Amino acid sequence: MKLKTHLILATALVATPALAQDKQVTIASWGGSYQEAQSKALFEPAEAKTGIKIKQETYGGMSDVRLQVSSGQVTLDIVASGSGSAARAGAEGLLEELDYSIIDASSFIPTTRGKFCVGGDVFSTVYAWNTETYGEAGPQSWADFWDVEKFPGKRAYRGKVAGALEPALMADGVAPEDVYEVLGSEEGIERALDKIRELRPHIDVFWTSGAQHAQLMKDGEVDMTTGWNGRFDNAAKDGAKVMYSFNQALLDYDCFAIPKGAPNKAVAMELLAEISKPEYQDDLPKYITYGPTNLAAYETGEISADMAAALPSSPDNAAMQMPVSLEWYAEWETIAAEMYQEMLTE
Amino acid sequence: MADLRINEAGLKRDERLEWLKLFGLSSPAILMVLVVLVLPVGWLFYVSFIGANGEFSLENYERMINRKSYARIFTTTFQISFLTTGLCILIGYPLAYFLSQLPPRLANLGLITVLLPFWTSLLVRTYAWLVLLQKRGLVNDWAISLGLWDEPIKIVHNMTGTLIGMVHIMLPFLILPVYGAMRAIDLDLMKAASNLGANPRRAFWGVFFPLTLPGLMAGSLMVFILCLGFFVTPAVLGGGKVIMVSMKIVSNIELFVNWGAASALGVVLLVLTVVILWIASKFLNLETATRGGGH
Repeated sequence: MKLKTHLILATALVATPALAQDKQVTIASWGGSYQEAQSKALFEPAEAKTGIKIKQETYGGMSDVRLQVSSGQVTLDIVASGSGSAARAGAEGLLEELDYSIIDASSFIPTTRGKFCVGGDVFSTVYAWNTETYGEAGPQSWADFWDVEKFPGKRAYRGKVAGALEPALMADGVAPEDVYEVLGSEEGIERALDKIRELRPHIDVFWTSGAQHAQLMKDGEVDMTTGWNGRFDNAAKDGAKVMYSFNQALLDYDCFAIPKGAPNKAVAMELLAEISKPEYQDDLPKYITYGPTNLAAYETGEISADMAAALPSSPDNAAMQMPVSLEWYAEWETIAAEMYQEMLTE
Repeated sequence: MADLRINEAGLKRDERLEWLKLFGLSSPAILMVLVVLVLPVGWLFYVSFIGANGEFSLENYERMINRKSYARIFTTTFQISFLTTGLCILIGYPLAYFLSQLPPRLANLGLITVLLPFWTSLLVRTYAWLVLLQKRGLVNDWAISLGLWDEPIKIVHNMTGTLIGMVHIMLPFLILPVYGAMRAIDLDLMKAASNLGANPRRAFWGVFFPLTLPGLMAGSLMVFILCLGFFVTPAVLGGGKVIMVSMKIVSNIELFVNWGAASALGVVLLVLTVVILWIASKFLNLETATRGGGH
C-alpha cells in the first residue's frame, strides 16, 4: 500500500514538469525598452492566445548562442538578434533552419525572410543629440556628427563593429551607395577606423548595449551618440532631452532565430509562426518606433498614418537611409571586428 | 641479534602502514585537487593549442604577438591590478589600524560596516558608482554646489572610475587579514619597545609594522590576484575604453568562435601571474603570507 502511494507520488513528480514542458519556450532578447515592447506586443498576447508558456531572458547576443551550441548546453529556444549576426551565425551552423510551411512569411519584406532568421522589426542606427545642448537643430549628417567645432560636446559611439564603420566613411565623404564597396578591403576598413580615431578624443563612452546608449542620453552624460532610433523615442517619452534624424541612418532589421538543438524546437517554430502574424506585428510600433517586417501589418488599421510616418521603414524615411548589407557582414565582420578592437585598445 | 632484525622489520611495516593510512586519509583531498585544479588547468593548456580548424596549432599565440592590442590589454590589466592593490593598502591599512585600536565592541561594529558591501551584489555596487560618479551624478553635483570645482570633472567612463569601483570592492579583502594580524599582536610588545627607549614612531615601524606584514602580504596578494580577473567593473565603469584580459577573453570567443583563442589568453595570464609571484617571492617572504592571519 505504502509502496503504491510512493510510486504514484514519484510518477506525479516526474510527470508534472514533463507536462509543463510540453508547451514552454525560453526567449532571449536585448532587454530594456526594446524587450518590453516585444513583450507587450508579441510575447504576452501570444502566450494568452496559444497557451505556450514563455520564459523571457536577456542575453549578450549570438556569442551566447555560440557558447551554448558548442558546449551542447542549449537552453534558449528563440533568440532575438540583429540581422547581420544572425546571418553569420546561420552560416556557421549555429541556428536551426526555419520552416516556412509553418511560419507564413508570404507578406514579409522579401529580404527579411531568411533561411535561419525571420524578421521581427525594422529599425535604424541613427545619430541622436541632446536638445539641451544643441536645440532642435542638431547634426543633420554624419559629417556634422564628426564636426566638433560646429557641434562641440562629448560623443558616445558603438563599442562593437556592427554599424560603426559605415557612418565613419560617410563622414569622410564617401557616398552612401559606395560605402560597402570601400569597406570591401582592409584598407577601406582602416580608412573608416582612422576617421573614428580622429573623433576619438571626443568620444567619452563606447557603448555596448541599447539600454546603455539610451541611459547615457537620459543622464546627459554625453551630448551626442549613435544608437537605435526606437530607444531614443522611448527615452524621450521618459523625459530625456533627445532627438535624432533619419538622414544617412543605417536601415536594418531585427529577427528571431532558433539555436541549433533548442530544447523546444517545435514549440518555438509554432510560436514564431504566431508572432509573425500581422495582428501581432501591428502592435509593436505602439511601444517602440520600429516598423513591422510583415507588410500586411500596415493593412490591419492598427498603425495610424502618423505612426507609420515616424517609423524607420516609412517610404520617406527609408529613402533617406542606407540599407545595411548582410553580405558584407557575412564576409568581413570577423576581420573588421578584430581591427575595431585594435582601435579600441589604443 | 635476531630479535633486533625482527624489530626492524616490524618498524618498517608499521612505517609503511602509517604512510598508507596517511595517504588514504589525504587521498580525497589529493583527488579533489586533481579534479578541480590540475585537470582543468591542463585542459586549458591543451585547448589553447587547438586552432580554428580543430588541429594542433600555435595560431592562438601567434595572434597575441602579431596584434598589438594584446600587449596593451595585458599592460592595462596588470597596471589596474597594481594600482588597485596599492590604493587598497593606502586606504585599508590605516583603517585596519584604527579598527584594531578601538575597544572590541566598537571594532566589531566597524568591521560590520566594512563587510556590509559584501552582501550587495557586485553588479549593483558597480552601477551605484556609475550613478554617483557620472557627469551629472551626486559627486559632481555636490562638489560643484560646494564650490570644490566649477565644471563637472570626468571621474567615470575611464581608468579613474574603474579604479574607484575596484578599490571599493576589494578593500574588505585587504582589511580583514590585516586587521586579524593586528589584533593578534601582543600589545605588551609595544610597551616593551617604549620601555627600551623607542619613540612611538620607532615602535610602530620597528615592532608593530613587521608583525602585521604576513597579514598585509596575504591581503595584498588576494586583492592583486582577484583584480586580474575583473570583468564587470571595468566593463561598466571603463566606458568601453578600459579593456582587461577577461573582457578580451569574452570578445575572442565571440570573434573567433573558438575556445582556443580564449584559452590562450587564460594561459598567458596564468603564466604571467605565476612569474610575477615568483619574482615577488625573491624579494618578499611569501611563506609568511600564506600562513596568513598572524595567528
